[in-house]
Amino acid sequence: MSTPFYVSPQQAMADRAEYARKGIARGRSVVVLQYADGIVFVAENPSRALHKVSEIYDRIAFAAVGKYNEFENLRIGGVRYADLRGYTYDREDVTARGLANVYAQTLGTIFSANSEKPYEVELIVAEVGAAPEDDQIYRLPHDGSIVDEHGSVAVGGNSDPIGSYMDQRHREGMSLGEALRLGAEALGRDSNGSERTLTAEQLEVAVLDRTRPQKRKFKRVPAAQVTRLLEEGSSSSGSSSGSSSAASGAEDTSGEGTGEDGES
Amino acid sequence: MDFLSAHAPDQLPGNRALPPVEGAVQAPHGTTIVAIAFSGGVVLAGDRRATMGNVIAQRDIEKVFPADEFSAVGIAGTAGLATEMVKLFQLELEHFEKVEGSTLSLEGKANRLSTMIRSNLGMALQGLAVVPLFAGYDVERRKGRIFSYDVTGGRSEELGFAGVGSGSVFARGSLKKLYREDLSEQQAATVVIQALYDAADDDSATGGPDMTRRIYPVVSVITEDGYRRLGEEEVSELARAVYEGRLQLPNGPQAPVS
Repeated sequence: MSTPFYVSPQQAMADRAEYARKGIARGRSVVVLQYADGIVFVAENPSRALHKVSEIYDRIAFAAVGKYNEFENLRIGGVRYADLRGYTYDREDVTARGLANVYAQTLGTIFSANSEKPYEVELIVAEVGAAPEDDQIYRLPHDGSIVDEHGSVAVGGNSDPIGSYMDQRHREGMSLGEALRLGAEALGRDSNGSERTLTAEQLEVAVLDRTRPQKRKFKRVPAAQVTRLLEEGSSSSGSSSGSSSAASGAEDTSGEGTGEDGES
Repeated sequence: MDFLSAHAPDQLPGNRALPPVEGAVQAPHGTTIVAIAFSGGVVLAGDRRATMGNVIAQRDIEKVFPADEFSAVGIAGTAGLATEMVKLFQLELEHFEKVEGSTLSLEGKANRLSTMIRSNLGMALQGLAVVPLFAGYDVERRKGRIFSYDVTGGRSEELGFAGVGSGSVFARGSLKKLYREDLSEQQAATVVIQALYDAADDDSATGGPDMTRRIYPVVSVITEDGYRRLGEEEVSELARAVYEGRLQLPNGPQAPVS
């Protein structure tokens, strides 16, 4: 019987982390930004059917990058956790913190289990509060740690330059249009320094809108509205936030009825 | 708990055999629910009374619930079991929608509810029946549809209007005379309030509009814009109009003889 090579635990973990990071880096990024009326999720995703951003519960949404089958698995687990908890206790008792904890446990266990390969995913769990200061955004890297984020956050292949680009420009009380344009601009920055302009067709956009009258605050923003919001900025780059937030408010009411079938 | 479940599972609280039931169990029962289709969708409404034997158990109970964005369910029968069933039904629809990324068809929702009623048959035979009325807007066919059920889960689609619960016999008679195919939303809402008034008139278990306490029926409308429960103001206005009419004609509006 041959003796297996000795690999130090540090080395083993570093190898696994490296493996997961490389897997995540292959995919396109997702950004999440707070704006005056909630939280907006912007993902570069040409597919209309395979979502990177989805609803988990009334005030909670989920965004992920990496391997589709792995994060889809986690998403369904999250929906199940949230629905079961809300049914057993009360809808109030489902929180992003609790969900993030469950995800952290799952990811952490898989990451350190020797029999399995680590998940090549990075998640964001966000919960919209009654006011901007009550919003919660958690980032969950592949190893099961949790990072509490504020303002704006990026995950995925090119997240470092995208994140710092947004950090410099994000401010509190942005309108939906402003936040969306910042997100789209940030996603268009490649690692080699070149810039691309992303169109509405390449983007998957969803919001957790605290002003929505329904219990379920999650809503996908249809491509037509994304186009309008993106153009709004290019036609008047110095537009006042007041007028654009009023415009987005009007659009929200018009899209109310389609909120549910927007998910199909 | 673990020890018991391993060694004597029949001793756990949930597994103990129930004592034999003598007569029906006393529990609050919900009474009358009516639904009517109109050109743009469907109206579902229910009175506010729950009875326990000859006692009024609750006078402001709500028995009409949104099931999801485009459907609603009204319940007659044992109130506790029925609200629990609705809660589970709502959960299932929402869960399906989130996991699959698309909503169930109206037909699919109606079938699911049918299975849930069937699973309650044992309780129903002990006197704890739950019989809902399901109404929704079919986004494919672009019209309101109504489904009624029997206690075994048998499902049948109703054309135009339907009623369920102890007062439904009288409500249905009233609906039959007042129903037209071209009703507006406002008229449809008035018709269901008339029907509930007639039910309360002849059935002691159905509550009429309570003018002194300002308790009015729950009236919900489902159109292509989704579910909407009529506000307190709207319903009180309609209920008052119906009430005023009854001061003149206690039997309500009269249909032409021929």
